[in-house]
Amino acid sequence: MDIIFEGIKQALSLLISLDPEVMGITWLSLKVSGTATLISLFIGIGIGTAVALTSFPGRQIVVSLINTGMALPPVVVGLFVTIFLWRNGPFGALEILYTPLAIIIAQAIIATPIVMGITLAAMQQLPRKLRLQILALGATRFQMVWLLIKEAKLSLMAAVMAGFGGVISEVGASIMVGGNIKGYTRVLTTATVMETSKGNFDVAIALGVILLIFAFAINLVLTRVQQRERPR
Amino acid sequence: MTPNTPSSPILSGENIQVQRGGKRILDVSSLNIVPGEILSLIGPNGAGKTTLLQALSQLIRLGKGDIYFQGKKVGVDMAPLDYRRCLAMVFQEALLFDTTVYANVASGLKIRGAKSSEIVSIVNTRLEQFGIAHLRDRSAKTLSGGEAQRTSLARAFAIEPQLLFLDEPFAALDPPTREALLEDLNRVLRASGTTAIMATHDQGEALRLSDRIAVMNDGRIVQIGPPVEVMNHPIDEFIASFVGVETIIEGRVIKCERGMATIAVNKGGNSAAAHAFTGGGAGVNGSDHAFLKKTVDAMKDFSGVDPINATPSTPLGTLGEVSLLEAAGQAEAGEQILCCIRPEHVTLSPGVRPDRSSARNAFPSVIIRISPAGAFYKVHMNGGFPLVAYVTVQSIEDLDLRTGATVTASFKATAVHMIRRG
Repeated sequence: MDIIFEGIKQALSLLISLDPEVMGITWLSLKVSGTATLISLFIGIGIGTAVALTSFPGRQIVVSLINTGMALPPVVVGLFVTIFLWRNGPFGALEILYTPLAIIIAQAIIATPIVMGITLAAMQQLPRKLRLQILALGATRFQMVWLLIKEAKLSLMAAVMAGFGGVISEVGASIMVGGNIKGYTRVLTTATVMETSKGNFDVAIALGVILLIFAFAINLVLTRVQQRERPR
Repeated sequence: MTPNTPSSPILSGENIQVQRGGKRILDVSSLNIVPGEILSLIGPNGAGKTTLLQALSQLIRLGKGDIYFQGKKVGVDMAPLDYRRCLAMVFQEALLFDTTVYANVASGLKIRGAKSSEIVSIVNTRLEQFGIAHLRDRSAKTLSGGEAQRTSLARAFAIEPQLLFLDEPFAALDPPTREALLEDLNRVLRASGTTAIMATHDQGEALRLSDRIAVMNDGRIVQIGPPVEVMNHPIDEFIASFVGVETIIEGRVIKCERGMATIAVNKGGNSAAAHAFTGGGAGVNGSDHAFLKKTVDAMKDFSGVDPINATPSTPLGTLGEVSLLEAAGQAEAGEQILCCIRPEHVTLSPGVRPDRSSARNAFPSVIIRISPAGAFYKVHMNGGFPLVAYVTVQSIEDLDLRTGATVTASFKATAVHMIRRG
């Protein structure tokens, strides 16, 4: 128990003293996971909406694939992104393995199916006739899709939270494609793993607490926005 | 009101066909609606009412056929979006956006890119018109069913549509709310002169609102015309039963003179029994002439009345195994027909007494059952054939109507609508 209290004390001390290394790691974590979430929102909401609003042969298979993708193991994503970005891989010429960009790509791949799956479910929950009602109000197809997305905004906020939560907390892919390079690709999760393996439990706990604080703070903001939108 | 002078249709549909799952679910060869007209589509579930509305409003893809709006072919002379911006639609569910009542009513105008000042003025007018100005800033999700449907109607009228499609807009509402909303809709529709097409399963709604009624069955329009014509002169048995004709009985025309037909109706009112009274229950063989002769002879034997020579003053009614009805209209002697009598056209008087009214048909009848039917009571009787009448609660008390009691059921010859059997 002492180790835990010591770790929490250390975390507060690192936060209060604005330790440059910890601040750098935290900032990189937020930047990388935030960017990955943003990318996943564009792709996930776009494809999720398209699948929800259209019918085509093999649609059920696509829906099953999306749902399976929601449970995509980060280490599997890390493995394939590594292979693709490896020096001799298909995108080796880009030389982005072990860079923050590689972590963003891997995290976006993890978050996209989560956002897509939640978007799909949210869109399918809207009344089917709402689409016809919007078209009957004189909307273009683009306006219709936009209005439907607005109608599903509460569920889509949940997609943002789930997507961000999924990537800020993953470690497998980040360590594989980022390499945990100090001051360059070291994020909160990879740093926690490293400190734990070194036996520096207090620092590891401190990093873990910081991770939790940020995850909580961001979700709190998103939840407040979501609940403000909820009809009373 | 429907213009009396011929007017170019505002909306026409030609050869409209819609298929789903390889099955044709809509097949309407021609439909024209004139400006300002209110047309109601009635029919059983699955008749194609909603599909026709969605096809005419171009919300679903047509398998075949063309829609013309003000003479322009939609999709050729006019872009579908431009056409859709001339119409509005109200569904059974209010389908409101998750925002305020004001924003909902304004949504169609915003979609069209209207100016804010214009939106404020129009929306406020419509909120007042539908009695929901006090709900302006309320979240649409907190409204009652009636308030939500008022908001939906206000949203539809806010865009000042030239065509309004209504898909069973009051079906989910309780009777008092429905009544109030129907009244408001009727007022606004008439004041604005908006052309409207409404799908409904409620004949009362259709009668109150419409200039014409179209009866649909199996994806087709089977009869279209003014409400009184459709209600009183259905062209087949399906339509008759759908538009509320409670008494539909088979019979044969005995004679027809000066637009007045005398019809022999068998006991029980069905064809099997009709055949029975001709002797031995063996059914009719041979020509209509032979059947007619047997019928007349049977009547003479039973009652001593010669139906061929019966005058209007000759008391008709139940004659042994057959009943004789008089119906206004043209028919050929020997023709097999269906007699349709609406329950509201049947009047009852207590006991068995000569009818002093102008009704040509009077039958001593035994009450079999009395059941509530909305504001009225439905009296099921056996007057030699099944007969149904609507009476008020007051009449039940005044006439002391009860199961097993004998009454005289009367109806005019003009109340009997004849449908020729094929």
